[in-house]
Amino acid sequence: MFAEIEQYFRTNRLPHIWCPGCSNGIIVKSIVEAIQKAGLDQDKTVIVSGIGCSSRATGYLNFDTLHTTHGRAIAFATGVKVANPELNVFVITGDGDCTSIGGNHFIHAARRNIDLNVILFNNNIYGMTGGQYSPMSPTGAKGTTAPYGNIERPFDICNLAIGAGATYVARGNSFHTHQLTDIIHAGIANKGFSFVEALAACPIYYGRKNKQGSAADMLKWQKDHCLSKEAADRLPLEKKEGKILTGVLHNVSAPEYTEQYDKIISRFKEANSNA
Amino acid sequence: MSSAVEQPPIQINLAWCKGCGICYTLCPTKVLGADELGKVTLTQPKKCTKCKICENHCPDFAISVSGGKKS
Repeated sequence: MFAEIEQYFRTNRLPHIWCPGCSNGIIVKSIVEAIQKAGLDQDKTVIVSGIGCSSRATGYLNFDTLHTTHGRAIAFATGVKVANPELNVFVITGDGDCTSIGGNHFIHAARRNIDLNVILFNNNIYGMTGGQYSPMSPTGAKGTTAPYGNIERPFDICNLAIGAGATYVARGNSFHTHQLTDIIHAGIANKGFSFVEALAACPIYYGRKNKQGSAADMLKWQKDHCLSKEAADRLPLEKKEGKILTGVLHNVSAPEYTEQYDKIISRFKEANSNA
Repeated sequence: MSSAVEQPPIQINLAWCKGCGICYTLCPTKVLGADELGKVTLTQPKKCTKCKICENHCPDFAISVSGGKKS
């Protein structure tokens, strides 16, 4: 029921501007449900976004929100978190925003293990600016800047996050909405850098160019091609071929950045009071 | 005598519906259909099993299913 989560939306701003069939709305609903499930204080939750289709989400969410410059959402979020570590900070970003122009901020936030919840909406394309290929467009996929197919290899952003030092990494998709809510919820519980890649469907710019069919067809594609990690662990190798693994991919504990920072502050405070 | 008029199981906010077709394509019992603009209509409300696939996959928050399993 939308009525149960209505308090988290700026309903006077709805309907949103996303194209018919765009999965961004589905993912936003999962984020909000995860926040509700975790019982986070609405006044102590900040949502930061950069530039792009997905980053429009902050305009519709009834929290303290920051809509920042292209690729810099994680940098702004780091500032918010360090200034007030009590806050729950979320970053909503897209594949272009986070992995291209914001790639550097992304790997360093992961390395620092600062307590942010980053949710990346991966629609494989720059939708807002007209369908240019992104660092996460699959090889061979078409875009307005790759009319004969993309010759580059895409990032495996979850592996990149693990390599950079993120302590919680998960992948979900916009068809399996309960799983997506659950992995975002588990990411909130992790004290440290939590990263969730949410596969999104862009039926207009990606779907049309790549003959993916309707919005519903793209969701069905996700249903058929995604496999949860728990199920994959029990399956023989040939059944896993060509599947995208979803679920919690990595979960470890490491010292969190703002806690370490606070320790330095209290050490100096003690030294000063003893002097 | 109870005055309980049976509420339709599905509430649709047509002002927010963009007619993407996800709900009526995914609906397993074909409760939902499309009008001439491609927007959702309730065609066979009695067949609704309250599975909430339409509610969960509506990107425009335009469908709510009352009752059924808590998501």
